[in-house]
Amino acid sequence: MRHDHLLTANQLTREDIELVLDRAAEVDANPAAFGKRHAGTLLGLCFFEPSTRTKMSFEAAMKRLGGDVVDMGSVDSSSVKKGESLADTVRVVEGYADALVLRHPLMGAAKMASEFVDVPLVNAGDGAGHHPTQTLLDLYTIRENAGLDDLTIGIMGDLKYGRTVHSLATALTNFGASQHFVSPESLKLPRSVRYDLHEAGATVREHTDLEAVLPQLDVLYVTRIQRERFPDENEYHRIAGEYQIDAETLDAAKDDLTVMHPLPRVDEIAPEIDDTDHARYFEQAHNGVPVRMALLDMLLEGDS
Amino acid sequence: MSDTDKQLRVSKIENGTVIDHVHGGQALNVLAILGIDGSGGEQVAIGMNVPSDTLATKDIVKVEGRELSQDEVDVLSLIAPDATINIVRDYEVVEKHRVDRPGTVTGVLSCPNRNCITNADEPVETRFDVLRDGVRCEFCGQIIREDIASHIDDD
Repeated sequence: MRHDHLLTANQLTREDIELVLDRAAEVDANPAAFGKRHAGTLLGLCFFEPSTRTKMSFEAAMKRLGGDVVDMGSVDSSSVKKGESLADTVRVVEGYADALVLRHPLMGAAKMASEFVDVPLVNAGDGAGHHPTQTLLDLYTIRENAGLDDLTIGIMGDLKYGRTVHSLATALTNFGASQHFVSPESLKLPRSVRYDLHEAGATVREHTDLEAVLPQLDVLYVTRIQRERFPDENEYHRIAGEYQIDAETLDAAKDDLTVMHPLPRVDEIAPEIDDTDHARYFEQAHNGVPVRMALLDMLLEGDS
Repeated sequence: MSDTDKQLRVSKIENGTVIDHVHGGQALNVLAILGIDGSGGEQVAIGMNVPSDTLATKDIVKVEGRELSQDEVDVLSLIAPDATINIVRDYEVVEKHRVDRPGTVTGVLSCPNRNCITNADEPVETRFDVLRDGVRCEFCGQIIREDIASHIDDD
């Protein structure tokens, strides 16, 4: 990779993505070979928003590379509570760690923070903006299950605020995937993501229901419709109910359809799907560790 | 309007800048970009919705005693892409050039996305990439296509 920081999926070329995924496959095949590669290395975790999977998988990845983490802890127990700026926080933590992982509720936070530090900085989610490492593990999972070439994918749920969707849709343009976006009118893709897709030559195909497009799909990527986005609880229930899938829904799907979800889910995917061959969301979450090991390995060794 | 009229219009100021061929109705936004609201004592003359050969109507802004910087001209290009800049010294037009659209504009526009990091209390200037038909925040990606002048940061 040519980058010092990983901020958005927009900066990733097909070659970059394949390098990370190939390295992740090497990690998966022989984790012990990577077990001491970064002994003595410290990763700084700056999470200004709650996180379970992303934070734990970064921590696991760093420790499995032989390194360790320093964690600023919750916002309530940090200097942020005293009014410290993000710019100051990352400049301080840079002095403690060899690389930084940042999650922040505001869009563009990682981009701004990267301009204040010299160590590699990884965006682990910036508001409704981007989540590029989620995208890398999503792509790894897709490649393992359906391949990345000639892919037809449906992306369903909250496409407006879903940062995982924004990064995934952008990254998939590198592979010429046929993308179908399924959402309520009020949660359609934002203008900025449409712009990126158009600039990349992709066609934006939008639907308000899954039914028409489901039989074509190799992958169905489901995201949570966030209750907090709706001022009216009844409206939320009316809309959310139309974007839930169960075993009966999938009767119309290809037998080898891969169903994914960045998690956490609420009730978008019925538990009865968990035990079917379609379900790949837990595998997807587990892939966060080898993929983040690969990414950290490449960023820390300056694999330019 | 004849060339003689134009010459008269331009030669009325002794030293300063005449911004010509501004789209009709944008003159006040040009002043906003230049940070001129009258409180600084500048002498300013404005012609609004003047008949034009090349534009249906145009505005003209004349600022006495001030020559525009390249940064100011860059930003002007966002709302007045056809403008010509005339630098006047001793009643003579000594330079005349068209505006060019810059690649980026820094520290001039505010981002309308309230969830953008540039709207938090952080030590960062706004930066917008200039697109074919608008501008885009380099931080949050927000695209502004309509009424760019209303996003001029007046801090």
